[in-house]
Amino acid sequence: MDSLVNLSLDPMTPRFLEVRRVIRETADTVTLQLHDPEARTFKPGQFNMLYLFGGGEVAISMSGEPATPSKLVHTIRAVGSVTRPLADLRRGAMVGVRGPFGSAWPLEEAQRRGCDLLLLAGGIGLAPLRPVIYTVHRNRDRYGRMTILYGARNPADLLYDKEVAGWQQPRTHLRTIVDHGDLAWRGRIGVITELLAEASFDPLETIALMCGPEVMMRFAERELSRRGMPRENIFISLERNMKCALGFCGHCMMAGSFMCKDGPVFRLSDIAPFFGVREL
Amino acid sequence: MEDLSRIIRSHPFVHGLDDAKIKFLTGCAANVRFGADKFLVREGSDANASFLIRSGRVVLEIDVPGRGAKQIQTVEEGEVLGWSWLYPPYRWQFDARAVTPVRAIQFDGACLRNKCEADHDLGYEIVKRLLYLVHQRLERTRLQLLDVYRSDR
Amino acid sequence: MIAAPMDADTHRPRYLNSANLEPLIGALAADGYQVVGPTIKEGAIVYGEIKSQADLPVGFTDIQEPGRYRLEKRRDAAIFGYAVGPHSWKKYLHLPTLRLWSANRSSDGRITLEDGDGEAPRLALLGVRACELAAIAIQDKVLTAGASVDTHYARRRANIFIVAANCIVAGGTCFCASMNTGPQVRGGYDIALTELIDGSSHGFLVEAGSAAGARILSRISSDEAGEDRITAAREVVAKTSQQMGRTLDTAEIKDLLYANLEHSRWDDVASRCLGCTNCTMVCPTCFCTTVEDHVDLTGSTAERVRQWDSCFTLDHSHVHSGSVRNSLRSRYRQWMTHKLASWIDQFGSSGCVGCGRCITWCPVGIDITEEAAAIRASDLRTRAKGRAV
Repeated sequence: MDSLVNLSLDPMTPRFLEVRRVIRETADTVTLQLHDPEARTFKPGQFNMLYLFGGGEVAISMSGEPATPSKLVHTIRAVGSVTRPLADLRRGAMVGVRGPFGSAWPLEEAQRRGCDLLLLAGGIGLAPLRPVIYTVHRNRDRYGRMTILYGARNPADLLYDKEVAGWQQPRTHLRTIVDHGDLAWRGRIGVITELLAEASFDPLETIALMCGPEVMMRFAERELSRRGMPRENIFISLERNMKCALGFCGHCMMAGSFMCKDGPVFRLSDIAPFFGVREL
Repeated sequence: MEDLSRIIRSHPFVHGLDDAKIKFLTGCAANVRFGADKFLVREGSDANASFLIRSGRVVLEIDVPGRGAKQIQTVEEGEVLGWSWLYPPYRWQFDARAVTPVRAIQFDGACLRNKCEADHDLGYEIVKRLLYLVHQRLERTRLQLLDVYRSDR
Repeated sequence: MIAAPMDADTHRPRYLNSANLEPLIGALAADGYQVVGPTIKEGAIVYGEIKSQADLPVGFTDIQEPGRYRLEKRRDAAIFGYAVGPHSWKKYLHLPTLRLWSANRSSDGRITLEDGDGEAPRLALLGVRACELAAIAIQDKVLTAGASVDTHYARRRANIFIVAANCIVAGGTCFCASMNTGPQVRGGYDIALTELIDGSSHGFLVEAGSAAGARILSRISSDEAGEDRITAAREVVAKTSQQMGRTLDTAEIKDLLYANLEHSRWDDVASRCLGCTNCTMVCPTCFCTTVEDHVDLTGSTAERVRQWDSCFTLDHSHVHSGSVRNSLRSRYRQWMTHKLASWIDQFGSSGCVGCGRCITWCPVGIDITEEAAAIRASDLRTRAKGRAV
C-alpha cells in the first residue's frame, strides 16, 4: 500500500503561482495578477486560499474575469499579518494558491428567471462582485438590467476608478457614494442605503447581491425589506475565520453552515434566523 | 405666484398636501439659484430659511480649525435642506455649499413659523414631513458614524 | 476495517472460557497489529500500548461525576468493569499534531514540496465501547464522507482493527442510551466482546463482525457459545442500559436550541465556564483543528502543521477586526449548539454520543445534560406564548 500521501492531490497543499502584475489600488489595497498555467475555472463569488511562504494563508475572493482564468486576479486589503506582506509582493514573487472554494453568486438563477440584478458593494466588497459585472457585460443579452451601488469610506478608497466609469452602459446603472467627502469630491456623501432608497427596481423581479461589512448589509437588508424584496431574492457574502477551506477545521462555522462549503455566498432566506445574531 | 405654486407642488416634500395649503405656503416662497461653489447658508448665521432642492447637489460642511472643512453629507435634488427655523436660537448648524449649480425654492422661516402657528393643520403636515426626514437622516447618520469601512489595525 | 457482510454460520458467537485475553492479543500482534487499549496511568484509565494482559486495568472500576474521576478496586477481576476515561480513540485516527508538508525555497526562488507525516500504522483498538464506535462513525462522516476527504484520516482509518467491548457497567456521567448510541454495540467492529462474570465463571462471548475478525478468531481457541451465554450477554448489556448516570431529552433539540440562542442560561453557564477547552479535548467527536505555518530563520524552509484546536479559544473565531465570539457565553453556546443542533444540519446526526467525558472532565462540573434540560424547561418560545395570553 502506498504509504505516502500524493502531495499534488492533497487539498491542503498549495500550488505556487507567479505574480505577473501588481496594481496599487488605494493606500492599503493592492491587486495581484497571478499566472495560472492550469487556468482553473472558477465561478464569481468563490475564493482561493493564498499562501505566503512560511507566513500563513488567507481567504481572498476571486476578483478577475472568469473567462480568462489563466489570469488569476485577487484584490487584497492589507489589514493583517498575512495580507500586509502579500500586498507588498513584487512581480516575479511566488504565491501559494489553494482553491477555488465556496459557493457562487446566483448568475445561473438570474439568467433562468430573467430577472434584474441589484449589486450592493461596500468598501472592499466590490472586489468579489467585479467578476459578476464582467460576466454580465460579456453576455449582456442574457441578463436583465443591472444596478450597481457602491459605497466607500472616502474618495481615496474607491477601487478600480479607471474601470468603474466604463461600467456605465445601456441597461447598467452605476451609483457611488462615500461616507466622508473631501474638497475635490463632487459626488454624493452619505451612506449606501440612501442610494438604495432611490434606486428604482421591481422588488419581486430583481435579485440583490450584497458584499461588504456585515453592518452595512444588515442596514441594507432592512431597506430592501421596506421595498418589499423577499429574502429569497437577497444574496450576501459573509466572512469568518478560514483555515482549511475544506470543511474539516471547524473554524468558519456560523450555526449549521460552513462558510467554505455552504458559503461564502448565501441566500438570505436560508440563513435568516442566524444572520445578525450577536456573536454567533 | 401661479408658476411658483406649480413648481412647489412638484417637489416630493409636499406630496399629499392639498392645493389650498400649497397656495398658503407659496406666500412664504421664492425661486432661487446658486452658482457652483456658492454658499447657500453659513454656520452660525440666522437660520431663517428652508430650501426645497429642485436640481443640483449641496454639500454640508463643517470647518475644523487646523483640518479644514469637513464634508459631512450631500443633499440632493428632491430633498430638503434645513429645519433650524423651527427651533430657537434659529441658527444654522453647518455651512451648505452648492457643489453644482443649484435651483431651489427658498421658504422664509419666520413666515413659515407664523403660518404654522395660525393653521395647526398645516403645521402638523409640515412637522410630520420634517420629522420623517429627520428620522431618515438620523438612521443614515448612525450608519455613517459606525464607519464600517474603516480598517481596524 | 470496514465490516464485511456477516455469514451466519462462520460468524456465530463463540465463547472464550477464561478471562485471558493473551491469545487474542497475541493473534493480533502476530498479524502485524500494534495493540492499543485501556491501561492505568496516573490514576486514570487511558489508552496506550497493550503488550499483554498485565497492561489492562483488571479488577478496576471508575467513579465519575461532574468534575470528578477516581478509580476503585472491584470485588471481581473484570477486565472491562469501567466506563470511559479521558482519552478517546480519536488520538489515533485524527492525530493531535500532524505535519502536513514542508517546502523548500531555493535561492533562485524555486519552491519544492515534500510529504509530511504520512504514517498509517496497523493498529488494533482493544475495548472500543458502543459510544466510541458511534463517535468513530461520526468522525468518518465528517472527515471522509463529504466533498473533500481528509486523506490522512482516511489512510489511518483503513488500517484499524476494532475489538469492541459491550459495556457491563454504566458510568455516572453516561447517557449513551439517550443518544441511541449504546450500550449495545451494533456493527462497525471486527470482533465484539461481552464479558460474562457469574460467580466463579469468567469468560467472554465473542462475535466476529467482519471477515478479518473471523480470521483472527479462527486462530484462537474458543468454544461454541450456548444460547444461555448469548442471552446472558444481551441481558448484562440491557441491565447496563438501565443504569445510565444521566439522561438527555433529544426530542426536537435542534429547533429547541436554535430558538433559544438568547436564553439567559447561556449567561449562567458562562459565569462558571473557564474556557479551559477540556471538554473539546476529551470529546470523541470534536474535530476542530488549526493550521500553523512556520518558516525557519533563513526563510528557506517552511512547513505546515495541523493541530487540535478548540472553539473555546478566542482565536478560533478571529476575523481581521477581532473575534466574532468574544464572550465566553458565545463560545459555550457555540460548542453546545453545534454538538447537539447544528451538527444535525451539517452531518445528519447529533454530534454527541453520550459518553459523559465532557461532564467528568470539566473542572467546574458543567453538565451538558443539565444545561439542555434547563433550556428546555424554560424554552423562550413557551414563555413568549404565556405572556401573550
